[in-house]
Amino acid sequence: MQGIVPLGINPKTAMDLSKDLVAASSTPLVLSILAEGDSYGYAILRRVRELSGGEIEWTDGMLYPVLHRLERFGHIEARWEVAETGRQRKYYRLTKEGRDHLAVERRQWQAVDAALRGIWQLQPAPGFA
Amino acid sequence: MNDSKASVATLEPQIDRWRDYLRRRQTVHAVDVVELEDHLREIIANLIDGGLAPDEAFLVAVKRLGAIDALSREFAREHSERLWKQLIALPGSTIPQRLRHEPLVALGLAVAAGVLIKVPALFGLDLDADGGFYARNAALFILPLLTAYFAWKRDLSLKALRLPLAMFLGAALAANLPSFVPGGTTEPLVALHLPVALWLAVGIAYAGTRWREVAGRMDFVRFSGELFIYFVLIALGGGVLLGTSAGIFTSIGVDIEPFMEQWAPSLVLGAIMVAAWLVEAKQSVIENMAPVLTTLFTPLFTIALLLFLGTAAWTGRGIAIERDMLLLFDLLLLLVVALLLYTFSARDPQRRIGLFDRAQLALILAALAVDALALSAMTLRISGMGITPNRVVALGLNAILLVNLAGAAVLQVRFLSGGAPFARLERWQTDFLPVYGGWAAFVAVGLPALFSYR
Repeated sequence: MQGIVPLGINPKTAMDLSKDLVAASSTPLVLSILAEGDSYGYAILRRVRELSGGEIEWTDGMLYPVLHRLERFGHIEARWEVAETGRQRKYYRLTKEGRDHLAVERRQWQAVDAALRGIWQLQPAPGFA
Repeated sequence: MNDSKASVATLEPQIDRWRDYLRRRQTVHAVDVVELEDHLREIIANLIDGGLAPDEAFLVAVKRLGAIDALSREFAREHSERLWKQLIALPGSTIPQRLRHEPLVALGLAVAAGVLIKVPALFGLDLDADGGFYARNAALFILPLLTAYFAWKRDLSLKALRLPLAMFLGAALAANLPSFVPGGTTEPLVALHLPVALWLAVGIAYAGTRWREVAGRMDFVRFSGELFIYFVLIALGGGVLLGTSAGIFTSIGVDIEPFMEQWAPSLVLGAIMVAAWLVEAKQSVIENMAPVLTTLFTPLFTIALLLFLGTAAWTGRGIAIERDMLLLFDLLLLLVVALLLYTFSARDPQRRIGLFDRAQLALILAALAVDALALSAMTLRISGMGITPNRVVALGLNAILLVNLAGAAVLQVRFLSGGAPFARLERWQTDFLPVYGGWAAFVAVGLPALFSYR
């Protein structure tokens, strides 16, 4: 998913992804990160920033409704643990169903990615023209 | 060192205040607050490590987590069952100007319903003499007005209302074009099933654009339950009022009973409309009724059914087949499905699997066993009894409910073993709503024709 820079704006500043795009991409992003191993909200967000080089900026709190939705669909499972800080922390784990769903999402995003790459290869990015 | 200790000490009260503020939002539950607080503290710790003063770190962290209004709105979108408990829609969203007249509109529609049922009398249709007409059309005197109320409230487009309108039109034709044989069995069936089919039209208007979503349909299920509870309460109060009024008027030698009998149907229809408005306006007041009732009756029903099965096995007595027996068992299955539906509508999707979820499985299995016992006893006799409209209806309903409960049992087992998310159970039940409506429509429209309206 990386590498698609649909707008030729200064890549140093985080861009405002449209609400729809954030909503659509949050599921594959969160599931992929959890495929790397169990994690919790703050660490997931840090990983999102890392992966996108800071391009994708979510309001932190908005991650939680997404996690709860994925939990309701059974894609991920939650458990409470006591973190090294001594505080209660909610960890999330990818379920088998979540893994299957991620495979489907992955194919879909790759199809979109391939299509956009195909056409943009033929067009100079407007910002650099 | 001392200085930074002092500012760390000011951090805790700030976090306390933030937590209290968040807790007041009904859509953000206590466990979510714990989760968000852990996140907030992580950000703060990181920023302090980066050299920020605790005060600054707190401000930045709160901002990064998001404005509490926006946050609780996002939580509300995901947890619509929590939103149901909110009296006023959402903080920050203002009530549109036209909705300020809601009490007047609701009251106006209630009066309109009361007047509407008096209109046929102008054309010489008497409540007693033409009881069949009123019975077949009862739903058409109130449900279109209820639909109009939601269409107005949700600001629905004409396009969204096409289906409900077509359903009302079709129902009006089906109830009045054919000439039903007086005293036949199909006429009461129409009177019973047309309201069920048309209730779906109300649901489509109620849920508006959310009719295709599980959450939208579940909200309608909640609304239906609460409406029923409100209506019963109003009816009880109304009954007491009318009874005492009749009594005191008699004491001065005036008999108001004929007058009351004349207006009773109007009062009932008006009460339905007022109840609907009350449910909309005061959703939170009775929202605890459905969970309380289902928690109370799920174990009791389970025990009663298990006792029945045990006794039947112990005494070895088969079920005596009588004419109305099948309907009795339909009623049993219907109650079990209703218990399931209302338990689901009130269950917090994130609650852990508990004893109650297991008790539910026991209830479903017991109901299925009892019904199987009844059906096996009946199949021996039913071939010799011949086909009547009532038997078709009873058998059809039994088949639908059996499929529902069998599927619910399988899903419940998978849910308990962690193989299916709660959302699947909800979806199974809400997907059945159109099935009930479709079957009711068939019984009200198709079946009478098959039996030549006898």
